[in-house]
Amino acid sequence: MLTEALVVSALLFAIGTLGVLLRRNAIVMFLCIELQLNAVNLAFVALSRYVGIEGQVFVFFVMTVAAAEAAVGLAIIISIFRHFRTVNVDNFNLLKW
Amino acid sequence: MVEFLFIVFAVVAVGSAAGVVLARSPVGSLLFMVASLASVAALYVLLEAHFLAAIQVMVYAGAIMVLFLFVIMLLNLGHDYRRDLRLTLTALPLFALTGGIAALLILRFRGAEQAPIYRFFGGGDAIDAALAEQGAVGAIAHPLFTDYLVPFEITGILLLVAIVGAMALAKRHVDDPVPAPAPPAEPLAALDASAEEG
Repeated sequence: MLTEALVVSALLFAIGTLGVLLRRNAIVMFLCIELQLNAVNLAFVALSRYVGIEGQVFVFFVMTVAAAEAAVGLAIIISIFRHFRTVNVDNFNLLKW
Repeated sequence: MVEFLFIVFAVVAVGSAAGVVLARSPVGSLLFMVASLASVAALYVLLEAHFLAAIQVMVYAGAIMVLFLFVIMLLNLGHDYRRDLRLTLTALPLFALTGGIAALLILRFRGAEQAPIYRFFGGGDAIDAALAEQGAVGAIAHPLFTDYLVPFEITGILLLVAIVGAMALAKRHVDDPVPAPAPPAEPLAALDASAEEG
């Protein structure tokens, strides 16, 4: 089952990357980042079957960090929305080269 | 049976992940995301990580996704159905690179269950023993509160910092222009007048 789980994990990660690269809505991009974190979690759990329970402990930490990241990231999105009245990332090009 | 369920939930997880990318409205993306997270939780159950499956449903699919939904509704983005997919030339090589890394990972670990390194760690038998002895929660809690106590405490501090940071970022500053309040209706005056008449 290790190989199958890693295949699913790789597919989820690739789809998440595609979403971050293709979507312009900041919130959906953020959702796709969560999808990538989730794919990595799945790989950790699959490998923890064979390597030890530490993989699951690490997934626990990843979930906590994801929660903190979601809170701060969404606060940033709200703050950006107040300034620009949109969440489309094409409009935030101040820091672009 | 386990293999069949694994394939079913894997297909649902990958399909709804594609839905996250392709759905037009942000709320649609979010609901697809919840489906994907729930199916990954089912995969956790099939991989014998029962506690993580429960945490996944409660924290990820419950709390974090509700936070996203709150923000979408707060910013009133639920009615935005314009297609915002942007196909650029840089995205395709980057996606090919990611897919290549994923394929490399798959090739590297294909049929790795019998590799000597996994037998060295004790493999699934060690985890099965820990689960039988300490239960699904105890098997994770024991290393979490002994070997990984310092990272655990640091995670607590991280959550505190995230709370403070989120409030500092999202609150309205004192000198920001406050939107004009709606003019108050006058039900009390009408009520007084009717009381005086009566």
